[in-house]
Amino acid sequence: MPVKDYIRERFFPHIWCAGCGHGTVLNGLIRAVEKLGISKNDIVMVSGIGCSSRVSGYLDFHTLHTLHGRALAFAAGVKLGRPDLNVIVPMGDGDALAIGGNHFIHAARRNIDVTALIMNNRIYGMTGGQYSPLSGRGILATTAPFSNIDQSFDVVELATAAGATFVARATTYHVQETIEIIQEAILHKGFSVVEIMSQCPTYFGRKNRQGDAVAMLKRMREIVLPIGAKAKHGDPEIIERGIFVRKDRPEYCAEYDDIIRRAMKRK
Amino acid sequence: MKGTVRFVQGNEACVEGALYAGLKFFAGYPITPSTEIAEHLSLRLPEIGGKFIQMEDEIASMCAIIGASLTGCKVMTATSGPGFSLMQEALGYAIMTEIPCVIVNVQRGGPSTGIPTHVSQGDVNQARWGTHGDHSIVALTASNHQDVFAMTVEAFNISETYRTPVVLLLDEVVGHMRERLVIPEAGEIPIVERLKTSVREGVDYHPYLPREDGRLPMSDFGGVHRDNVTGLYHDMWGFPSDDPSVVHGLIRHLIDKIENQTNYLTRYKEVGVEDADCLLISYGSSARSARHVVENRRRRGERYGLLELQTLWPFPHELVRSKCANARYIIVVEMNTGQVCQTVRLAVDRPERVFLANRIDGEFITPTDIQGMLHLIQGKGL
Amino acid sequence: MERSRFVFSGSGGQGVITAAIILGEAAVLYENLNAVQTQVYGAAARGGATRSDLIISDSEIWFPKVVQPNVLVCLTQEAYNKYSPIIRPGGLLIVDAHHVQIGRRVDAVQKELPIYQTVIDKIGEPIVFNVCMLGAVTALTGVVQPVSIMKALKARVRKDLLGVNRQALDLGLELGGKAA
Repeated sequence: MPVKDYIRERFFPHIWCAGCGHGTVLNGLIRAVEKLGISKNDIVMVSGIGCSSRVSGYLDFHTLHTLHGRALAFAAGVKLGRPDLNVIVPMGDGDALAIGGNHFIHAARRNIDVTALIMNNRIYGMTGGQYSPLSGRGILATTAPFSNIDQSFDVVELATAAGATFVARATTYHVQETIEIIQEAILHKGFSVVEIMSQCPTYFGRKNRQGDAVAMLKRMREIVLPIGAKAKHGDPEIIERGIFVRKDRPEYCAEYDDIIRRAMKRK
Repeated sequence: MKGTVRFVQGNEACVEGALYAGLKFFAGYPITPSTEIAEHLSLRLPEIGGKFIQMEDEIASMCAIIGASLTGCKVMTATSGPGFSLMQEALGYAIMTEIPCVIVNVQRGGPSTGIPTHVSQGDVNQARWGTHGDHSIVALTASNHQDVFAMTVEAFNISETYRTPVVLLLDEVVGHMRERLVIPEAGEIPIVERLKTSVREGVDYHPYLPREDGRLPMSDFGGVHRDNVTGLYHDMWGFPSDDPSVVHGLIRHLIDKIENQTNYLTRYKEVGVEDADCLLISYGSSARSARHVVENRRRRGERYGLLELQTLWPFPHELVRSKCANARYIIVVEMNTGQVCQTVRLAVDRPERVFLANRIDGEFITPTDIQGMLHLIQGKGL
Repeated sequence: MERSRFVFSGSGGQGVITAAIILGEAAVLYENLNAVQTQVYGAAARGGATRSDLIISDSEIWFPKVVQPNVLVCLTQEAYNKYSPIIRPGGLLIVDAHHVQIGRRVDAVQKELPIYQTVIDKIGEPIVFNVCMLGAVTALTGVVQPVSIMKALKARVRKDLLGVNRQALDLGLELGGKAA
């Protein structure tokens, strides 16, 4: 199917700034779904609030644009209601890990079969450039004029510790890899987390003198390297990308189906 | 009434009513005095192929039931004051997106953690105005288990008919006490099923374009229509819009669909109202003490009446005004500082005749408390 | 019938709440009477003084709590000290002789019954203490038929524990019958 069959043209042009990485993620997501050949009727996209959350409206799936941070809680209801559907949840870094942090770790703990895409641009873009839990120490933001003293989460480590059974990191520079990882994440039976590093030239780039979108992408190419690179080069600046976790653990909806079988027998 | 007789808590009467109405999905978080609802449903729902989930908090619980409702299930959550506060955000979302769902609040004393194991009716106005922005809401109450059952069924029926969240305001006394419940046989109480769209695949479906009768047929997630649901102001396709006419039209629709139906949504009971010289107005468990007083006084030949409100929101102004027209005194009996009393004063022609008999110390209001207020009023020589 | 207002009191774990529920079930489910049961919630339910109220009547019950019980059961000294003053003058006050030392200044018919001792001597397990107490209450008040209590027990307790419950109920009926 051509890419344009997956989008709602009525919604365009999109609201993202020129050079924003989120359009690349949208494109990657469409390609992944297209390669997997999943029917549009079988996908529910649940999103929260922020720049990232607008992904859902642009796509011609069943789409649920919810509340800031709460997308995974809504997604749990959708998935339990219809376990046969593919539930994909695009989130921003603040959305997923600040206001939605509790829902995130509990979704991971339950291992419910939902695909969480965390579009990490390290800033609150929609509200104009405040620091997020992924900005990191030393970053400038409109609410950190003297530089940020908050430490950041490592999404991969957090998701792994919370029990996610598929954990990966990708970037908007490494587009082909991102498409493949999203495909694998959707196919994975269980809670899958894909952190996609995305550039925000408007706020993060400008505030932190990282140049335009092209310069930010080039920087991603230089410092985001395949798993194992950190040990090899011993450079603390390096961020690793790839699939970190892929394991089997009982999935929540399947487990609940078993509860139903037991309850019905008992009755 | 034919059916199965049980001796159960009000919370279990609510569970039975919900299952009778077709509940298929419950998400909740433990909180006194509502926890028994979650406990019973964790056992009962999987027996009928339904689903129960204990979420990480009440915020998530409210979100999860909305998500499940969109897949076509009848859904409910249950909580008490602190949890109801956390649910306000997603309650507003359900109002805005017109998602059928039922929220049970078994009230305890607040504010804050308050007095968890004691009774209160302090959340009446929170049910009305707890979530931000202009909106309307339906809130029902009940004073005994047969009515808890019936009002729970009503809550689902109203929720499905008007595509709106419905709040069921129970309280600790009704929730925890045990008394007779007759579970009616299937079919005895009518059940409103979800109205699904008849628009076929490939034909443009407008999820937010009301039919002539005002109802909005739904299409489930996973069905042939892929619509958008958003908490932003949206057009008839569910797509965000800041067009002033769209914004104005939607907020008027959300409010009018409830307020213009007040007569259809009003549920109440009355005893001796026609000839009442002294009319008591009450609801929930405090209506039991009010009824006790009214029965005793009437037995002595005194002209007392009781108007028990079962629909608190939309407030039945017309009903209250007409029922109060001939009474010399109107006493509102409730366990808060006068949340319904204030509203009654706005509804009646002579607000100076309206008095409050209340209790706000966590203890259940007794007939003696009400008698005390009556003496005070009569001592004033009114 | 006369409206019966019971207060069952004791300490958490003695089964006073369950006893009130069983009596309520017997009345509502098997004798077509009305009953309303309430209890004090909170830390008391997990040890400490606990109380459960039960009203049984053939007419409708509006006010659900008991202000002045005409039947008061106290299974601990603490409960006796706390609740004996609220009994309706001339009411029936049943205490367990092992746990409670009664006072003289109570305007009620006080019955000191060796409920606990009997259960320990004849059954050896205190778990059916509350059912034995119910037997005594039933014999002394006649509020429901013993067979209705047995039906309520059958619907509620595990099959393998039914025998010992029946035995406890019979012992209680005997104790109450003797004391009447």
